[in-house]
Amino acid sequence: MTGFLVKRLFQAVFVILVVTLLVSWAVRLTGDPALMLAQGAGSITEADLQRIREGLGLNQPFLVQYGHFLWGMVHGDFGRSFLGGASVGGLIATALPATLWLTFCSLAFSLIISIPLGIHAAVHQGSWSDQTIRILTLVGLSFPNFWLALMLVLLFAIIYPVFPPSGMTDATSVVLPALTMGIILSATTVRLVRTSMLETLNAQYIMVVRSKGLKERTVLYKHALRNCAIPVITFLGLQFGGLIGGIVVVERVFNWPGLGTLAFEAISGRDYPVLQAAVTILALLIVLANLLVDMAYGLVDPRIRIK
Amino acid sequence: MMSTPPDTLPSVTLKTPRRRGALELVLGLLFAGGITGAVLLSGWLFPDGGETMDLAARLTAPFVSASHILGTDPLGRDILARVIVGGRISLTVGVLSVLGAVIIGVVVGLIAGYYRGIWETLLMRCVDVQLALPFILIAITFIAIVGGSVRNLIIFMILAQWVQYARLVRAQVIELRDREFIQAARAFGVSDLAQIRHHYLPNLLGPVVILMALNVGNNILLESSLTFLGLGVDPTIPSWGGMLADGRTYLQTAWWVSVFPGLAIMLTVLGLNLLADWSRDRLDPRGKA
Repeated sequence: MTGFLVKRLFQAVFVILVVTLLVSWAVRLTGDPALMLAQGAGSITEADLQRIREGLGLNQPFLVQYGHFLWGMVHGDFGRSFLGGASVGGLIATALPATLWLTFCSLAFSLIISIPLGIHAAVHQGSWSDQTIRILTLVGLSFPNFWLALMLVLLFAIIYPVFPPSGMTDATSVVLPALTMGIILSATTVRLVRTSMLETLNAQYIMVVRSKGLKERTVLYKHALRNCAIPVITFLGLQFGGLIGGIVVVERVFNWPGLGTLAFEAISGRDYPVLQAAVTILALLIVLANLLVDMAYGLVDPRIRIK
Repeated sequence: MMSTPPDTLPSVTLKTPRRRGALELVLGLLFAGGITGAVLLSGWLFPDGGETMDLAARLTAPFVSASHILGTDPLGRDILARVIVGGRISLTVGVLSVLGAVIIGVVVGLIAGYYRGIWETLLMRCVDVQLALPFILIAITFIAIVGGSVRNLIIFMILAQWVQYARLVRAQVIELRDREFIQAARAFGVSDLAQIRHHYLPNLLGPVVILMALNVGNNILLESSLTFLGLGVDPTIPSWGGMLADGRTYLQTAWWVSVFPGLAIMLTVLGLNLLADWSRDRLDPRGKA
């Protein structure tokens, strides 16, 4: 188990290096931020531009800039925003909780609907309710996330104004964005719970538990559910990248003040340090989630702990 | 093959699942086929490309006027025409990106599975990287920077997805190697190329086609969301994502501008998912996949 975790830790570091390298390289393809910054300033000489570039460290070779970025990152310092000069670390620190909260709510919502639906479909395999759930999951898989977001706004913010359409004004603001991501995530989770449950229910120990005369509810929720958790957890880990990708888009639609919105604003303003930091932190979240999943195996499945 | 004894006793409550799927097939063909057909005929159905502005009929509600069944947008352009013409972009990106990825992926997967060795190791390292990297995030960053032409979108999707096919094909080839008919072919001295063409390819195409159908759908979703965010194709060309981005401003007053393009995306993707689901059921009757 320890060897496995160490290997995964190295893999995580490697992924972060590749992502940061790709992103640093990509942001340098955009063009000269010195020109962008100088645009509003009226007449500008080449010497002025040069001074701006030096001030931002843009005259150094790419690898040196990348090295600086990594060094700063390890020390929690992401530099200053090109626009306005605010500390990037500070911007990230205000945006990160919003993204984490939205991610948490989406996951929680998705699990609350997926587990009962998946179990129900497995127990009543082949019935009309199983078929209906199957078709519903396909519909869920086919929703463009931004369109589902718009439709939920139309329904619950315009036609029936129950929830705020955008921003993060009060506690109910999270409902619509979390609902959007939760529905889309559930489509795949329900199918997975169903398949995993079907396999578990055919195992011999379930027969033993049933023949002991336990109530069906105990059989399902106490004995079967725990054992079908591993594939579900693995899957959630693998899906986390997709979930974060979706959240970035949904944040934009709902004007949710998280890392996604920060990244998009940085893209339009060519604010390299902010973009670089936002994407890096998002990638870090994904890598951390996968590491947590690897560690969770030990908790869920004692056999792995012993090995 | 020898039949192995089952690991588990048959459960008492086990019901034989009903043979389902006729509905899935019909609906899948209806949605995906219907929309694809309309889009293919769009040049003939709407020779103006959905660009004619009927300013007197701006923001007409749907199902009111016979000449604008799905209503009009803020410039008086017919929504139905634009939805059908706009499908060209999404379908082009979806289909071409998948074709590109499948060609690369199948070739690499066949080589890696058939010859093993260094090819296989290289492929598996690519798989590790692909599984670990948050590709959507990187795609958004890159597309935002290099600009989202149709060509760039297709290239990114191919780069992101060929590994999936290679991985699938490699696994299938390894499984097929030990089957008797393949061993027989090898024993008869059939050349590598002939073995691959006549024995491997026909037997591994099923799952590849399913993955293709799913990915055409996924790529349509990805393209439309990038375009919606203003990172995809040129906003002056009618496209589903672009129409939704325009319609968003009018959500309060004219819901139809943003409902119908999204419905078109959803029905296309749903049709593809239904077809994939149906064929998966045929290939794997135990319903495990």
